[in-house]
Amino acid sequence: MSATLGAFWRDYRENWVAVVALLVVFIVVAAALLAPWIAPQDPYDLANLELADARRPPGHVGSGGYVHLLGTDAQGRDLLSAILYGLRISLQMGIAAGAVAMAIGAMLGILAAHAGGTLESAIMRVVDLQLSFPAILLALVLVAVLGQGKVPLIIALVTAQYAYFARTAYGAASAERQKDYVESARATPLPGYRVVFRHILPNCLPPLIVVGTVQVANAIALEATLSFLGLGLPPTEPSLGMLIANGFQYMMNGRTWISVYPGIALIVLIVSINVVGDQLRDQFNPRLRR
Amino acid sequence: MLGYVIQRLIQAALVMLAMSALVFAGVYAIGNPIDVLISPDATQDIREAAIQHYGLDRPLLEQYLIFLGRLLQGDLGKSFVLNIPVLELVLSRLPATLELALASVFIGAFIGIPLGIYAGYRPHGLLSRGIMAVSVLGFSVPTFWVGLILILTFAVNLDWLPAGDRGPTVEVFGVGWSFLTWEGLQFLALPALNLSLFKLAMMIRLSRAGTREVMLSDTVKFARAAGLSEYTILRRHVLRLISIPLVTVFGLEFGSTLAFAVVTETIFSWPGVGKLIIDSITSLDRPVMVGYLVLVAFLFVTINLVVDLSYALLDPRLRRGGRAA
Repeated sequence: MSATLGAFWRDYRENWVAVVALLVVFIVVAAALLAPWIAPQDPYDLANLELADARRPPGHVGSGGYVHLLGTDAQGRDLLSAILYGLRISLQMGIAAGAVAMAIGAMLGILAAHAGGTLESAIMRVVDLQLSFPAILLALVLVAVLGQGKVPLIIALVTAQYAYFARTAYGAASAERQKDYVESARATPLPGYRVVFRHILPNCLPPLIVVGTVQVANAIALEATLSFLGLGLPPTEPSLGMLIANGFQYMMNGRTWISVYPGIALIVLIVSINVVGDQLRDQFNPRLRR
Repeated sequence: MLGYVIQRLIQAALVMLAMSALVFAGVYAIGNPIDVLISPDATQDIREAAIQHYGLDRPLLEQYLIFLGRLLQGDLGKSFVLNIPVLELVLSRLPATLELALASVFIGAFIGIPLGIYAGYRPHGLLSRGIMAVSVLGFSVPTFWVGLILILTFAVNLDWLPAGDRGPTVEVFGVGWSFLTWEGLQFLALPALNLSLFKLAMMIRLSRAGTREVMLSDTVKFARAAGLSEYTILRRHVLRLISIPLVTVFGLEFGSTLAFAVVTETIFSWPGVGKLIIDSITSLDRPVMVGYLVLVAFLFVTINLVVDLSYALLDPRLRRGGRAA
C-alpha cells in the first residue's frame, strides 16, 4: 500500500501547481484548527468587542493594544481573527456535509448497481431528477423550511449534493459488476454485503474521492452563498460568507477590506481544493496515463 | 418520431407530478405558516378563522389534491403577504429574470465557444493556458464574490457602469425590456456578466475538449487534404461536430442560470423572480415559494424535453432507439 502511495506521490509531484495548492490547503486547515491559539482575539466573545474599534483600516492599533493586521469589521472584530474562525466554520460545514453526502450517495449508488431491477431504476430516477434540478435552489428552500443553524445547514447541503456521489458510485459500481472477479465473488456463498464492502466499494473509491474533494469545495462555496444571502448560520458566529455580506454595505464608501479579505481567504481555499481535485482526477483517469 | 415524442411527453408529465408532490410536501409539511400570518396575540377565534380561510386545517393529502386541482387550472394560490395571485406575481417578475438569463447565456456561448475552440486548437499556447486559467477561476469562485468585485471595480472605482436596480425599460407587448436602450443595456451589463461567468467557464471547457478530440479525427485530416483553410475547417466541421454536447449543456444551463439568478439578483437588486423567492423565504410566504418552485420545475422539465427532442432532430439514430443515451 505504501509503495502505491509513494508512486502516486511521485506522479502528483510533477505538477507543481497542484503541489502548491496542496500546501495551501494544509496551511489553511492548520490555521483553522489552531485558530483559538494563533488568533489575536476570540471574535465570538462579545466582551472583547469595542465599538470604538469598528471599521478601522488594516494596521490600526486598537484598544486591545495590538495591531489589527487586516483591520476590523463593523462590530469592531479583529478581521484576521474573524477570518480564522470563519475558516473553521466553513471547513467544518464543507467537510461534514461532504462526508455525509459521500456516505449516503455511495451507499445508494452501489446499492442501485448491486440490486438491479426495480430498486435500481427507482433510485437512479430520483437521483437523475435531482441532478437536473439546481442544487442551490434546493438548499435555499431547505434552509428556509428547516431554519437556521449548523444541523439544518448540513442537511440542506447534503440533500443538495448526495446525488453527485450516487451517480458517480453507480457508474463505477455498474462497471465493476460486469467484471469477472465480482461474478466469482457472487458465486461464492459469501453474503451480499461482504461482496459489496470487500470487493465493489474499494474499487469505486478513486472516482468517489475525486468527486468528494470537489464537493467539499462546492459545499464551502454553497454555504458561503447561503450565508451571504442571510440564510446560513446565525450572525453571532459569522462564517466567511456572512463576513463578506456584512462588509458589503461598507464597500461602496471605500471600506473595502471588510469584504475583500474574507473573500480572498474563501477563494484561496476553494481554488486550491479544486486544483488538488483536478490533479487527483487526472491521476485516477486511466485514459490520461502514460 | 411521433411515438418518441409521445413517450417523452408522458415521462415529462409524470416527472412534473412527482415534482409538485415533493415541493408541496417539502414546503408545507414543516413549520407553521399561521404564526407568520397573524399576530401572536390574536384570539383563538381569529386564529381558527384564519386557519380555515387558508385551508390549513384539512389533511395534508386533501390540501395537496386541492393544490393540484388548482394548479391544473393555472391557479397557484395567492401570496399570503401581498395578497396577489402567485402566477401574476411571478409572471410580472419573470421578464426581468429571463432577460438577464438570456443575456448571460449568450455571453457565455458567444465568448466561451470561440475561446474554447481556440484553446483546443492550440492546446499548449500561452493564450490557451490563460483561457484555461480563467475557466478554472470561473468554476471555483462563488458567483456572489465575483458580483461584489464587479461592482467594486466597474461601478465604484471606475464609475463606468451602473450597478443596482434595472434602470429604464422599454415597453414591448406590455412587458418592460432593458436591452432596447443604451442606458438599459448599461444596467444589464454587470449583472449579465456576473451570471455568465460560470457558463463561460463551462463552454470553454466543453468546446476545448470537443475540439481537441475532433482535431485528431479523419474528418479534419481529409478536410486538410482537400485544401480547406484552417478557419473553414474550424467553422464548418469542428464547430458542427462539437455542437451536440454544447446544445445539451446550453439547454440545461439555461435552467440553472435561472436558479443562480437568485444570487446575482440579490447583489444587483435586479427586480426578478430570484429576488422574489428570497423575499418570500424570509417572510415564509409559502404559496409564492411553492408556486415559484413548481414553475421552475416546469421550466426544467420543458427544457429537458426540448433538448431531448432537438437531439432526436440532430441525431437520427435516437429517433428509432426510443431512448436518448
